Amino acid sequence: MKQINMVLEGAGSMVLLLVRAASYAGSLPRQWARFVEQCYLIGYTTLPIVAILSFFIGTVLALEAGYSMEGFGAKEFIGSLVGLSMARELGPMMTSVLLAGRVGSAITAELASMKVYHEVDALTTMNIPAAKILVLPRLAAALVMMPVLIIIANIVGWFGGSVVARYVSSVGISSESYFAALRHYTKFKDVMNGMAKAEVFGFVVVLVCCNIGLNTRGGPREIGAAVTRAVVVSLILILILDYFVTKLLM
Amino acid sequence: MSDETIVSSCSKTRNPFTGAEADAVSVKVEGLSKKFGSLAVLRNISFDVRPGEIFVIMGPSGSGKSVLLRHIAGLETPTSGRVTVDGLDPTLEETRDRVRLALVFQEGALFNSLSVYDNLALYPREHRSGGEKAIREKVLHALKILSLEKSADQFPSELSGGMKKRVSIARALVMEPQLLLYDEPTSELDPVMGATISEIIATLKQEYSVTSIVVTHDRELALTISTRVGILMAGKLISLGTPDDLKNTKEPRIVDFLNPKIDIEHPRFKVLETQDIT
Repeated sequence: MKQINMVLEGAGSMVLLLVRAASYAGSLPRQWARFVEQCYLIGYTTLPIVAILSFFIGTVLALEAGYSMEGFGAKEFIGSLVGLSMARELGPMMTSVLLAGRVGSAITAELASMKVYHEVDALTTMNIPAAKILVLPRLAAALVMMPVLIIIANIVGWFGGSVVARYVSSVGISSESYFAALRHYTKFKDVMNGMAKAEVFGFVVVLVCCNIGLNTRGGPREIGAAVTRAVVVSLILILILDYFVTKLLM
Repeated sequence: MSDETIVSSCSKTRNPFTGAEADAVSVKVEGLSKKFGSLAVLRNISFDVRPGEIFVIMGPSGSGKSVLLRHIAGLETPTSGRVTVDGLDPTLEETRDRVRLALVFQEGALFNSLSVYDNLALYPREHRSGGEKAIREKVLHALKILSLEKSADQFPSELSGGMKKRVSIARALVMEPQLLLYDEPTSELDPVMGATISEIIATLKQEYSVTSIVVTHDRELALTISTRVGILMAGKLISLGTPDDLKNTKEPRIVDFLNPKIDIEHPRFKVLETQDIT
């Protein structure tokens, strides 16, 4: 019962935080500097690790596809498998998982320490809502940067697959036939579906992490616990939402 | 001159930057009780703070002073009873729009990611109190009042404890407050810095007639600069009066609290009285 209450309480406060942040949406142009700073943190600093991860996801996909498709004599379809898998599922999902681990944890740690060391209380007494200056720029930055990260993740992943397809002898298909299959079967709609997923995941991850950070009470130990909770809740929500968003977009 | 006269003569707050006058605000605490779970921290507390006075709340550690101050600042909601600032509920955003209220936190609560200058400029920027030039003048003036001109570009992590307190007071001053709340402003400071901070509080009251509520266990501060002093013990307000009343009291708990004795001839581990606040 206590756990159910906690879940409902968390969901309620998350919705409330979202409504509050949305009510200050008009102030976003005046918060340009904060928005750009968050874009830098969410987008630019996450880019290298997203690129590395995507490259190797692409390579593994091509390798596994080469191994399993060899029996059917369907190796020329490796490009389509890598293309669709990256665009529709693995690109948005793995990028969101990275976002939760790298950016989400940092957001929770920062906001939780601001809460514990009374900086959020100071904002309250100054009549500066935390939802306005701490949450809104982060949510907006997540919405803007997620599609950028996904495009790069897809391109790098596809390229990773092509490297394996071309240079690993057990796969051994030309780059031309790899990309021809990829282009033929991976439609613009698939890429857009992936982006829509990433938007939802990124937004939810940032919202969850902000909410858990701002509701932290206690001392340094609770900051650590809040970070762990934020990442775990984000990962669970990504997986749950993945099913529903995929179903919705079919 | 009576206590009432002293207070009524300065019931207008003067803006430290523009010189404009505004009504100083009053605070009313009525039957305030607060429980955290089963722990009763405040028990049926009632008092008034008159416009323009320095009201000091004293008491031993853990007696509920800071929790009381957080209620006045609107950061906590009472379990029962109520707190009003100029007749308004301080927990509401609208109240903070109408009454400029500033709290100087015990640890400063400065924004660690911002420089001292930006810490001070945040409030006027967010509330669009003039252009950047006017804000700069205001911030530099506040820094000058607190002798912090050279620290404008420093970050909170580079400041000493005393400087953090002064920056926190300067940040409060930039808000042009009508009600200024201080949580342990002299704790963790050396006696000279403690006296300096006490003098700053008195000067702010004298120059700008800001209503001030100070939570402290600094005896010198309470007896020197306050208009009235309330003593809080185990969540109850056990005494309320002028500093002279406090000096002449015969109440043993207050006498013991104000004049702690160190038995140097027969030092021993004393059994401390536990706070009865369950």
